[in-house]
Parts: sequence; C-alpha cells; structure tokens
Amino acid sequence: MHVPDGFIDVPTSLGAGVVAAGAIAVSLKGARRELDDRTAPLAGLVAAFIFAVQMLNFPVAAGTSGHLLGGALAAVLVGPYTGALCIAVVLLVQGLFFADGGLTALGVNVTDMSVVGVGVGYLVFLGLVRILPKTRSAVVVASAVAAFVSVPAAAAAFTGFYAIGATSSVPVGTVLGAMVGVHLLIGLGEAAITAATVASVIGVRPDLVRGARHLQAPLDLRITPTTRPLTPGAFDA
Amino acid sequence: MPERTSRPASGSAQESAAVQTAGSPTRHRHTRLMVAIGLVLSLILAGVVSLYASGSPDGLEKVAEDTGFIDTATDHAAAGSPLADYQASFLDGALGQSVAGVVGVLVTLALFYGLTRLVRRGDRTG
Repeated sequence: MHVPDGFIDVPTSLGAGVVAAGAIAVSLKGARRELDDRTAPLAGLVAAFIFAVQMLNFPVAAGTSGHLLGGALAAVLVGPYTGALCIAVVLLVQGLFFADGGLTALGVNVTDMSVVGVGVGYLVFLGLVRILPKTRSAVVVASAVAAFVSVPAAAAAFTGFYAIGATSSVPVGTVLGAMVGVHLLIGLGEAAITAATVASVIGVRPDLVRGARHLQAPLDLRITPTTRPLTPGAFDA
Repeated sequence: MPERTSRPASGSAQESAAVQTAGSPTRHRHTRLMVAIGLVLSLILAGVVSLYASGSPDGLEKVAEDTGFIDTATDHAAAGSPLADYQASFLDGALGQSVAGVVGVLVTLALFYGLTRLVRRGDRTG
C-alpha cells in the first residue's frame, strides 16, 4: 500500500507529514516506557523482520498481490509506541533507498500504515484480550483479528487523504470501495502471518511478547529466602 | 476475582519459571540467541524467499490501474538509488535482488538500533 509521489497533492501531503511527525514525537516518548534491556534488541529485530516480510508479496486475486503491513504484529510484540516507530523506520528505509513509497508521500504512508495500522490494530487487540480468556491462544486469536482489521483501516485512511487531496477526478466512493474490498483479502494474509509469528514467539518466550504480559505471574510474588543472619553472632545471645 | 483452581499445576509452573529466570544470565543468553535466530530468518526471507514473491501489482497499485488514477503517479526522487525497486543496480538478476533484500534488513536493523539508543539515552538523562 506504499503511496507513490503524485497520487495526493502537495498541501495534503505536507499536512500528512505534520500528522506523521507529531505521531512519531509521541511514539518516541511512549517508547521510553516500553524499551528496556530485555525488549530493546527484540524491537530492532521486529523492524528488520517486518522489512523482510514486506518484500514477500502474496497473490490475493487475479493479477493482484498484497504484503504484510505489520502494524498489529509490531504493536503486539513490542508495544504500540515502539511498534509505530518500527513501521515508520521500515517506511523511511523503503522510501529513501528502495524507491518504494514516494518521498513527498512519506507522511501519507506513515499516517496510513504506522499511525492508523498500529493504532487500529492495537485498539482491536486490547479490546479482544480484555473479553477473551487469559490464555496464549486467545492472544494469538486477538492479534490475528487485529491484523485483519488494521489493513482495510489503513486502506480507508489512504482514501481519506485521497478525498482531501486527490490529483485525479476518479470519484472517492469508487476508490473507497475498491481499496477496502481488495484490502479485506490482503487482511486475511496479514492475519495469517501475524498469528503464525505471534504464536511462534509466544511458544518460545512468552515473556518477550508485550501483548501477553497479562499472562505472566506478577513479579512481586517472588520470595527470596535468607538463610543466614545479617551479622555474625546476631542470634548468639 | 477468585483464582481458578482447575489447573494448579500450570499456575505454579509459571510462578517457578518467573522465580528461576527473571534477570538470570542464562535468560539473557537465550534472548541473544533468539534475536540471532530471528535475524538469520529475516535475512533468508529477504535474500532468498523474496525471489519467489508475487510480481503482480499490490492492492493500491491495482486499484489505481483499475479505477484510472495510476497515471497521476510521478517518478520517484530516489529512482536512481543503487537499490531502487529492490534490485542492486551493480549486480544482475536474482543476485542483485538478494543483495538488495539483505542490505535492506541490515540497514533497517542498524537505523532502529540507533533510534533505540537515542530514545533510551534521553530516558536516562531526562
């Protein structure tokens, strides 16, 4: 769903750039609370992994392909703020070095796939985790549904920018229907890849999946037995 | 809410896992091993599996073609980049695609690590 230069006019693209920059500033702040010695290496890996999987276009319908956007996946694995940064970095690398996604359209792309993709994905995930049983499989199911919903949501966000600043005269309703329709299909692939990835990580190291933290035993239950007195001879008298 | 009593074994196993592993050096090594495995997997996906990816236009491109606004796209400012369109310009065919994918994974990783350091440094001083 990488928007090239030219689809959206310059003023709207600049506006999207302001929205994206604001969202990144908020994410940088929020990511401080999410990144610690344990999660920081994983976050870099999540960004690199999403870059790799975004190269894997899968066929969805006659002559059409789709690829992972990764917003819901990143949010579940490393948290929404760090997740938004992961997607933004992937989009920046793709736009700067791979000519994938226009440079003037970077704000549009970050808003669609990072802000909306991660935001909608994470909210759906949170809502589902709250009502589903507190199990690992529920976390996997919730991330799959979140991933599925996040893709047409990002497609609708693109159509929103198209409605404001299209450079063509194709009616907005036509674009909206076509965009949401094809991205519902791509959403199925997004859900499958997200579920498989979350299930794999949760199977090996559930403690590294941010969206599965509620399954962990609270750390304050730990009891450290002391086996010797603090000072020698304290109990002699 | 009362604790479920139907699966006491699972609960206590989880607790002892937390006691045993939180912050232990073994677990840190395990985390590094996992990140290494994940990185190798990402490099294989970007460098090898990507050669078999579908070449059809993606959802947006197809919609733009079908509804008739594809022609409003303009040339990319980085079209002359040595990695443009996921093809290393200095190498031919499949090898050029593989190298582009591998470089992309490593650049993304490096950029994100730099960003993480900045975020966490700000955390310590501010």
